[in-house]
Amino acid sequence: MKNLQAASVLALMITASLSAADHTIEQKDRKFSQSQIEIHVGDKLIFTNSDEVTHNVYSATPGLEFEIKRQAPGGSSSVPFNKEGTVEVRCSIHPSMKLTVKVQK
Amino acid sequence: MDLRRNASRHVVIFTMNFRTHTVPAAICLGMLCYTLSASDGSPEIEKRNTNDLKAKYRRPVTIPFPADNSFTKDREELGRTLFFDPRLSGSGAISCASCHNPAFGWDDGLAKGIGHGSKQLARRTPSIVNVAWGELFFWDGRAESLEDQALGPIKSENEMNLSLEKMLKTVRSIQGYAPLFERAYPGSLIDEQTIAKAIATFERTLVSTESPFDRWVKGDEAAISESAKRGFVAFNGKARCAECHSGWEFTDHGFHDIGTSDDDLGRGKFLKLDSMQHAFKTPGLRNSARRAAFMHDGSETSLKSVIDFYDNGGMCLRPSLSPEIQPLHLAETEKSELLQFLRSLTSAEPKVSIPSLPGRDFDR
Repeated sequence: MKNLQAASVLALMITASLSAADHTIEQKDRKFSQSQIEIHVGDKLIFTNSDEVTHNVYSATPGLEFEIKRQAPGGSSSVPFNKEGTVEVRCSIHPSMKLTVKVQK
Repeated sequence: MDLRRNASRHVVIFTMNFRTHTVPAAICLGMLCYTLSASDGSPEIEKRNTNDLKAKYRRPVTIPFPADNSFTKDREELGRTLFFDPRLSGSGAISCASCHNPAFGWDDGLAKGIGHGSKQLARRTPSIVNVAWGELFFWDGRAESLEDQALGPIKSENEMNLSLEKMLKTVRSIQGYAPLFERAYPGSLIDEQTIAKAIATFERTLVSTESPFDRWVKGDEAAISESAKRGFVAFNGKARCAECHSGWEFTDHGFHDIGTSDDDLGRGKFLKLDSMQHAFKTPGLRNSARRAAFMHDGSETSLKSVIDFYDNGGMCLRPSLSPEIQPLHLAETEKSELLQFLRSLTSAEPKVSIPSLPGRDFDR
């Protein structure tokens, strides 16, 4: 019975791991490559800076906050989204950069 | 050209980017500077590189207005009247135009603004020319739209010192305003929203006129000097100015700690991120040669001293200092050429007629 439970947990973990996906959001010309994206809980967004200037991606959405901090040109950062909800992502330096992330189960 | 024609709602966004990675970019910039300045470079390559760069600074053809406050002449007229009306202040003596004075390029020509009771304010009054393209407003970005911004100085105790309640009472008591509001916003009340919308509409119509630089961008090679042209290349290359002063208005609308020595937190007061401490909005550079003071705190007194400031990499090293601010090691000739380029951005200020303010009509 104990072995069966352990196997079930392991299977769930593998399933979750296999179903989680990475999505790349490029920062170029002081814009995100898209203005909105729908992802699933457990997915990650990879923010790449293809611009000539520093960016500072963050979310101030209550309960879903994160901050990459300063990201130099050529940099890449992975952000996991582990909670359901709508996350408003911005660059603190360049307010024209706006991205809405809808995180679904 | 009338920028307002067919422009009740239109968004034009210009950004610039000619570098994708730091190291290749340095090489590209070096090549660009070389090809633009070398007398033995290929004329075809030289022309193509210059034209690519110039294309990033082309003026837009329409003014953007928001969908919920589209342009009409009646709204512009109402906004212009409110903008010049000193009765929108606690003292009855300060209008929006007192600080955003058209005779001073829509700022006040002072290092720091003067508010209610002749008290000096903490920051320099920014020009409001080209605000139609703004993203966030005030030096610290605390207003998300021009409509949000419009009433801020009126209700500020330090600036115009009139509560919004008293503002409404005052405007509603001036009978001559009623028909102006009815024409501008038919069926709407005279309330905070319509007053803010009208002022914002008027402000959006204030757009820089064509400068010698614009004529050069359009193809008139004689419009600016060869020195100014070299300054333009430095502006986009070695001097790194375009990393923040980008696009046709010469601003990224962004927020940066440039290393001034005051302790004002700026954007950091509202956005509690390390990079936003002491960060202020990038001002546009058009007509900057006419300004009397520079930076958010008016701490620099000439364009030449501003260039020296950036050449030194700012005055204050601290964790929030923008990585874009670094010592530049500019030669005196390069500084002079940058200055010539900045002067080529000077043009006539947008002209408006001063309104006759509506009366209370006490005899009615």
